[in-house]
Amino acid sequence: MVFLGGQVLPGNVGRAILGPFADQRAVDALNHTLGVDRPLLTQYWSWISNFVQGDMGTSYIFRSPVAPFVIDALGNSMKLAAVAFVLVVPIGILGGVIAALNLNRPLDRIISLGGLSVTVLPEFVTGIILILIFGVWLRWLPISAAWPKDAGFFIQLYYLILPSLPLFLVLFGYIARMARSGMIEALDSDYTRTAVLKGLPWRTVIWRHVLRNALLPTITVIATQTGYLIGGLVVIETLFRYQGIGSLIFTAARGKDFPMLESGILTIGIVYAVATLIADFLYSVLNPRIRLGSDQ
Amino acid sequence: MTEPAKAKNALELKDLSVAYRVAGRNRAVLRNLSLTIGQGEAYGLVGESGCGKSTVALTVVRYLPRNGLISGGAISLDGQDVMKLDAEALRRARAESVSMVYQDPGKALNPSIRIGRQLTEIFELGGITGQAATDRAVAMLNRVRISDPPSVMQRYPHQLSGGMQQRVAIAMALANDPSMLILDEPTTGLDATVEAEVLDLIAQLRQELSASILFISHNLAVVSNMCDRVGVLYAGMLVEEGPTEVVFNDPRHPYTVALLRCLPRGGQRKDQGRLDTIPGFLPGIGATIKGCAFADRCALADDRCRTELPPLYELSDERGKRLSRCFHHDKAQALPRATPADVAPAPKPAAVPVLRVAGLNKTYASHGHPLRAVKDVSLDLRPGETLGLVGESGSGKTTFARLLLGLVPPDAGGTIELEGKALAPKLENRGDDQVKAMQIVFQNPDSALNRSHSIRHLIGRALKRLAGLRGAALEARLNDLVRSVRLTDRHLAVKPRQLSGGLKQRVAIARAFAGDPRIVVCDEPTSALDVSVQAAILNLLADLQAKEDVSYIFISHDLGVVRYLSDKIAVLYLGRIMEIGPSEEVFSGPHHPYTEALLSAVPKLDQTETARIRLDGEIPSATNPPSGCVFHTRCPRKIGPICEQQEPPLAEAQPGHSIRCHIPYAELRRLQKPAAAATVPA
Amino acid sequence: MSAVQTASPPQEDVRRRSPMAEVLFSLLRSRTFLVGLAIVLFWVACALFGEHFAPYDPLADDIINALAPPSREHWFGTDQIGRDVFSRVIVGSRDILTVAPLATLLATVAGTALGLLTGYFRGIVDDVVSRILEAFMAIPVVIVALLAIVALGTSKTTVIVVIGLSFAPIIARTVRSAVLAERELDYVAAAQLRHESALHTMFVEILPNIIPPILVETTVRLGYAIFAVATLSFMGFGIQPPSPDWGLSISSNYGMIGGGFWWTVLFDALAIASLVIGVNLAADGVHGAFND
Ligand SMILES: Nc1ncnc2c1ncn2[C@@H]1O[C@H](COP(=O)(O)OP(=O)(O)O)[C@@H](O)[C@H]1O
Ligand code: SF4
Ligand code: SF4
Ligand SMILES: [Mg+2]
Repeated sequence: MVFLGGQVLPGNVGRAILGPFADQRAVDALNHTLGVDRPLLTQYWSWISNFVQGDMGTSYIFRSPVAPFVIDALGNSMKLAAVAFVLVVPIGILGGVIAALNLNRPLDRIISLGGLSVTVLPEFVTGIILILIFGVWLRWLPISAAWPKDAGFFIQLYYLILPSLPLFLVLFGYIARMARSGMIEALDSDYTRTAVLKGLPWRTVIWRHVLRNALLPTITVIATQTGYLIGGLVVIETLFRYQGIGSLIFTAARGKDFPMLESGILTIGIVYAVATLIADFLYSVLNPRIRLGSDQ
Repeated sequence: MTEPAKAKNALELKDLSVAYRVAGRNRAVLRNLSLTIGQGEAYGLVGESGCGKSTVALTVVRYLPRNGLISGGAISLDGQDVMKLDAEALRRARAESVSMVYQDPGKALNPSIRIGRQLTEIFELGGITGQAATDRAVAMLNRVRISDPPSVMQRYPHQLSGGMQQRVAIAMALANDPSMLILDEPTTGLDATVEAEVLDLIAQLRQELSASILFISHNLAVVSNMCDRVGVLYAGMLVEEGPTEVVFNDPRHPYTVALLRCLPRGGQRKDQGRLDTIPGFLPGIGATIKGCAFADRCALADDRCRTELPPLYELSDERGKRLSRCFHHDKAQALPRATPADVAPAPKPAAVPVLRVAGLNKTYASHGHPLRAVKDVSLDLRPGETLGLVGESGSGKTTFARLLLGLVPPDAGGTIELEGKALAPKLENRGDDQVKAMQIVFQNPDSALNRSHSIRHLIGRALKRLAGLRGAALEARLNDLVRSVRLTDRHLAVKPRQLSGGLKQRVAIARAFAGDPRIVVCDEPTSALDVSVQAAILNLLADLQAKEDVSYIFISHDLGVVRYLSDKIAVLYLGRIMEIGPSEEVFSGPHHPYTEALLSAVPKLDQTETARIRLDGEIPSATNPPSGCVFHTRCPRKIGPICEQQEPPLAEAQPGHSIRCHIPYAELRRLQKPAAAATVPA
Repeated sequence: MSAVQTASPPQEDVRRRSPMAEVLFSLLRSRTFLVGLAIVLFWVACALFGEHFAPYDPLADDIINALAPPSREHWFGTDQIGRDVFSRVIVGSRDILTVAPLATLLATVAGTALGLLTGYFRGIVDDVVSRILEAFMAIPVVIVALLAIVALGTSKTTVIVVIGLSFAPIIARTVRSAVLAERELDYVAAAQLRHESALHTMFVEILPNIIPPILVETTVRLGYAIFAVATLSFMGFGIQPPSPDWGLSISSNYGMIGGGFWWTVLFDALAIASLVIGVNLAADGVHGAFND
């Protein structure tokens, strides 16, 4: 589908690369070398079969294989996403749990409305505001994510804090909200009442009876957020001038570098699919109703 | 902590007042409620839904919903003031002295924890861990008559049937040998056969354990079998209290009198007179009550009743201490009927059947296996006749009704004939006349009435589509129809949600009658309603039948209700008709062993208990029905290998009365003779 | 039929307030909703009448005063060609407040239609369409937009169509699951027992009952449409110069924040933030009102 999307775009590849004033013959020649004048299906087949073998084709713009670019960019993006994820999953869940345990009290209001508000802010808006505060006024953090060559793990981490914060904020609200509503449902359930009336201590009730049932739906939501996270990467990587898969796609789209674009998007698709699979797996492991089915 | 000396009473409520905060206002639910339960006593609390029964239970264990608050009074559990307990003391009280079991056991157990763990954690509270806890859990499951406890302990709740789940819940409640056990509608929603088993179990456990019991139910018959004393709750106030037998046989409050009159009892039938009803409604939550709460609905009410709150009169006599909150308690039983008993003579059913069903089958695919929901059903129905369909849930009643209506297509081969003409299997292919001739009243009016449409639109649309009426003719017929189900113009402009359950069901009935149907299917039309409302709906259905000569197919799990309305009964089991015949013959017997068991399971108000027949085990899966007679796995009268090998035919035992059993009719008569007298549903 | 009910009819058998009135009441009692609504109305008013009280022409450049910091003349300072930032922020909501609602409207109409059809007919059509929609939802909006805009060129219409069609599957999913639940209710069977057409059942019977989830989803989507329009403008794929659009202004000025010209972007960022938060507070209020 991505591939077709790329093909339907009416831009002429040769023309895009050589510019509007190039000679038509040169354009045709280039198109031929690149193979873009072959029938669609042939192109598609050769591209897909090569992709599977790790050969993602040749970039129209860089005139060199796409694969190293994509793999590099993916690695960078994953670092950024990992920082955001590692921060947001526990904190978001904790926020939702705390809000639910303080339902309708000020702490809940603050977390819920705060979470709701930061979730809906576009990443570039929070990004700009954070850059202004921490990069320009306080000068605590670098405003670009491009760390110096051969920077170690902690230096890289240091550079990644600011860019990961907007992603963190967007996801925080989602996760906290899901966790909160899952908690409320579990807290109001009959089985929680049973546990309390057994005389179990409150901590045991929460840890053993409430949390697991409450957080099951949140796990699925976290996985579906991978899609949004990737969209966010496009913006964040542009804003912070970071060489990730998002900025790669962005540059490729602007330059109509289709092999690059297609490979980038297909890679994202694979990441998304893997994330969904992992979530399904976790969900079924944690949920005996799915794991065991019913005897009746 | 040392064991406190046993207090005189297990539970004492004194002037308890509880309110719920709704839309910024506190609305009273319990009003100065006082009651006392002695050590080892079983106390029943009854009343219509909404009168505050569950609130009592939740207040005692201090587990009110977030918006609930105790606005006054005192609760003492075993001499301890529950209101004064701090969090830790409350937890101890819950762990050691009070337990609760409620409706819907499927939800009461944690879905993601194994049964064993849910039990052992209770023992761990008392310091018993490891193997010792496991052993205690096994013992507890044995105690609630669960076979093979070790395997059950390995399972998750969803892998158990409803009856098993409720046993587990009871085992958990009794694990720490509490002094007070609260049961809130513990069998509501379970099949009668399962309900009977669970009630038997509770009765047996009472003998073995020392716990006092607060048994809450809307079902008077259930309470009458379980409890020593009973209290009748109305609008959050106790209106009558006394020893169970005395209260039910000699009630002294008009409300109790009226409640008892609403039930079809002693085999009463529609042609023997209408059921009495209670007009009006329970005062809503937070209503300001001046005088007697029941005054609006009481035919004995006078000016004093309306202005002055009646005290709880003490009417103790040699039968025990009793109370009634009525100025005219001495005249309570002279309460005039709200509904006259006279009925129009029923038309004699004509000889030519209006509906003829032959060889009807329905096979669903369930996880790749065929599931025979309805198997080889044949029957016919004459004009003006009511066919009652009974059977446990999953026996195929609803599926059969849906096949008739064309909502699901039957397997090829069977035929449905309406007034001599074959009906297409699919609804789309049936003629408009055929569609309007067969309509349905569903169980749940909230689901059956489109909540976005006004009552006028709901009935008007049916008249337009089914009766083909327009304009003034439609308007005139609409008014007629609305009157005939006893609604008024005030009801027309509103949406269903603004009406009570009983009124909504009247709308549904009006809609079903819009096209002058020949047959109306009633699928559990009163199971969602309180008995007082149920009586009015049953009267209405009987009146409409007498007037319109319509036939009913009446599905209900309440055998008393079925008996009241039906001329003919079909008993279904695993999609097969096990017995079919005239209502009186099926009820009075001799009958099929399954029918016998169903009748025996019905809780009866008059405690004329003799031999009880209990079905053990669950209804088998319809994907894999037992060989031979499908009932053999549970049949208490099974005669031998023939039952496992050969499916008995549905043989005519008497003209019009057929039974599917290898035991000959004469033999059944001999076997069932002594019990027959007792199998009268309450 | 003879008159049987002798007792007088009960006095309070009809609840006075209709369900719709209850929703309205709780909406008006919701502080979240009212605050959100106030913020949104403020920006709508600015879009409509902003030029009358903006101190400068938002498009007029003034190179001499370029990049002036906030002062009494220029409250929010000036940008790199000397345009008054305050005036630009005031009228900067215009494009986003036409594009985002139109995109949402398109998404709602298309999504509702798709959701109704797939939910009502179920079967193979539903399976196929649902798979396609799922695959579609896996691709982030920004990337769909990127591809579409590379292909079709930038215009407001493209942005509306791209966002509308990207959001349609999300609304369709909500509608479909609501329809699947409704379909199990007996009033649908009752309609079939009157030989109603599929169209009548879908639009007259089912649709009115699923308005609440559609309304909630629509208000939530409106927030995300604003999110998406702003983001696309920032990426250079949305609203084009010389519009004073907030996202666009940030896009053309953020390169200079390293130089300390914070006023060229901060106020636009805050404006976007307030609008998005306003819409979402209102959406949360609507959600609360329907789920109370
Ligand atoms: N749509 C369906 N798909 C699969 N099985 C069904 C379906 N509807 C009913 N059944 C099965 O058919 C049997 C009879 O069900 P039903 O007619 O609902 O019984 P009852 O009305 O007595 O509750 C049950 O085993 C039930 O699980
Ligand atoms: S006090 Fe009056 S109104 Fe109340 S129940 Fe007795 S007779 Fe009826
Ligand atoms: S055939 Fe056998 S198993 Fe079946 S009902 Fe008769 S006695 Fe019981
Ligand atoms: Mg049923």
